[in-house]
Amino acid sequence: MLTSTLLLILIGCSVAMYFVGRSRSIALVGGRSGISKLNSLPGHYGLWVAAWCLLPALAIVLAWNALGHRLIVSAVVSQASSVTAPMSPGQRSLLLSDIQNVEDGTVPLALASPSVKAAAFELRRLEQLSHSAVAVLALCVMLLAGGLTWHRLSPTVRARHAVEKVFRVGLAACSTLAIFITIGIVASVLFEALRFFHLVPVTDFLFGTQWSPQMAIRADQVGSSGAFGAVPLFLGTLVISVVAMGVSIPIGLFAAIYLAEYANRRVRAIAKPLLELLAGIPTVVYGFFAALTVGPLLVNFGRVIGVAVAPESGLAAGLVMGVMIIPFVSSLADDMITAVPKALRDGSLALGATRSETIRKVVLRAALPGIAGGVLLAVSRAIGETMIVVMAAGLTGTMTANPFRSVTTVTVQIVQLLVGDSEFDSPKTLAAFALGLVLFAATLALNFIALVIVRKYREQYQ
Amino acid sequence: MTTNSIQVTAAPDHSLPGEPVETRTVGQISVQQPVLSARAVNIFYGAKQAIKDINLDIGLHSVTALIGPSGCGKSTFLRSMNRMNDTIPGARMTGRITLDGEDIYSGDQDVVQLRARVGMVFQQPNPFPKSIYENVAYGPRIHGLAVTRADLDVIVQSSLQKAGLWSEVKDRLSHPGTGLSGGQQQRLCIARAMAVDPEVILMDEPCSALDPVATARIEDLIDELRDKYTIVIVTHNMQQAARVSQRTAYFHMGELIEVGATNQIFTNPGHRLTEDYITGRFG
Repeated sequence: MLTSTLLLILIGCSVAMYFVGRSRSIALVGGRSGISKLNSLPGHYGLWVAAWCLLPALAIVLAWNALGHRLIVSAVVSQASSVTAPMSPGQRSLLLSDIQNVEDGTVPLALASPSVKAAAFELRRLEQLSHSAVAVLALCVMLLAGGLTWHRLSPTVRARHAVEKVFRVGLAACSTLAIFITIGIVASVLFEALRFFHLVPVTDFLFGTQWSPQMAIRADQVGSSGAFGAVPLFLGTLVISVVAMGVSIPIGLFAAIYLAEYANRRVRAIAKPLLELLAGIPTVVYGFFAALTVGPLLVNFGRVIGVAVAPESGLAAGLVMGVMIIPFVSSLADDMITAVPKALRDGSLALGATRSETIRKVVLRAALPGIAGGVLLAVSRAIGETMIVVMAAGLTGTMTANPFRSVTTVTVQIVQLLVGDSEFDSPKTLAAFALGLVLFAATLALNFIALVIVRKYREQYQ
Repeated sequence: MTTNSIQVTAAPDHSLPGEPVETRTVGQISVQQPVLSARAVNIFYGAKQAIKDINLDIGLHSVTALIGPSGCGKSTFLRSMNRMNDTIPGARMTGRITLDGEDIYSGDQDVVQLRARVGMVFQQPNPFPKSIYENVAYGPRIHGLAVTRADLDVIVQSSLQKAGLWSEVKDRLSHPGTGLSGGQQQRLCIARAMAVDPEVILMDEPCSALDPVATARIEDLIDELRDKYTIVIVTHNMQQAARVSQRTAYFHMGELIEVGATNQIFTNPGHRLTEDYITGRFG
């Protein structure tokens, strides 16, 4: 029986058991009029029976799916390898893939050696056997647990609390899962980065000023020794982020102040969604805009004022990225300004302050933590942004803080390193993970700082 | 209401320069030395009329209490005296309010100057999210009252002293004002209002968010401040009105029903509504 079919049966049965449990609880107290004699509502009894019906059986199926296959394979492989001489782990995994290829038909049966053929048959036999065994076991457990619960059902059972507990465990499981996924992602990046740091020293990576990740594949290739100094990338990221912040903070903040303090309701109702529309434009579209419109515009402008601007420049990417994150800044700042209590405004106005004095000295002061939080979120967004930079800023890691030149960023290089054919043991590929780790650490630090600021000021308010 | 209503025509030497006042208010609406005078004041929020035809003088260096049930318009009237109602969208006012004889609603009245002369303390203590020092220094800085830092220090210290807060905060002037207790915060707000050296201080239920001990301190403070300032206080607490004020005005449904010396209002009210309210029959 297929696992999906089995799951459908389990779910179907427990849904049925919900109604059975529900109606039995009503029947036990002699119909609907007696519901008040029940310890819990009929629905709780239904859920209680259904949960006992579903969860133990589900646990068995999930456990087998996680472990069963691996156990069978390792049993078969050790049986097959015991025939021949002792094997290294590499040979073992070769043998395993041979067996599996034969079993699922990728390699024709005729080409396989007799021992592999036998092992493949054994593997298939065991797999089928275990499938049926698990299906039978799960269905038995379901019937047993469901039937037992149905039997135990009485008006005094505290089904309400049992259901409560199931929900609590379920909710806890979801949050734990989210945490473990995060840990898993971090660990996978971390381990690959550590492999990279075995090949290239950490200090070379963090403080080197030469970025040229191309490696010679053959010995006779020239000029590609591979240099992994990431400072030019950090610098490029910094330049673009600073330009983007220079655009988005003033515009976003002033727009927010206008919308929150001066605009009347009609203007606000129209302008706010329009502004937030900027956040909905795909970054690729911003990329076109930056590469095809802003870039050439800047080149021409540079020619007029006598500054050499590269067609792909950090400035072009930064300006457009700044436009993209305006709504992040303005929307959050607007919320924070609107949340400042009217009492503070009144207090300031009553002292004879004008509207703009009140905004500058009291409202913005009070809204500052929220605004700082919004800005930091926007910064981490800018650091992580890839598409605009790929299209508008260039791909070469130039060691420069000049926004008129072509620069590249951490994210762009990660993409560069991982596209195309690549081997997983070369520093070129592994460098992407090291960059990813740095990126992760930077955004984590930014978010942490944002949280600390927000918390510090919030305490002051209470 | 008509049974007890009488028409008062104020004596010429007590009225504003100009015409005698016709009013349904019981008691003497005018005083010897008026600082603020309201004549025929109506205030509307949109289509709703919040206060109706109020005539009242506020006497120099005394405490005037405005009392009455919730929604009677006493806070609205208070806020009209430093034009804080201007900040409410849809608020509209007719009539005339004068401060030392000048119409505060006239076109050439600078509302910034007006509010520097008529300060206000609110129901909820509302210190700014700044240090204690900066809270008090806020007004003087805006109005350019201090040239040097030393001047400002003097103003801050004397304001805090007048508010009875100096000894409690002098060692932590740089701490946030929001970290003080509720009663201290309210005294900080009073100090903040006094720092711009106003003539009048309006207080809108200044003790309603405070515990009895803090309330008693504020009441003592109000009594002391009477020497130098003219104070108008809105309160829900009739004992408080009796304790701190010299004159009491009773508002009901947007009208000024009765005004008079505080001990007379509380011992011998002239209008049945006033009597019902102070004896706790409603409110």
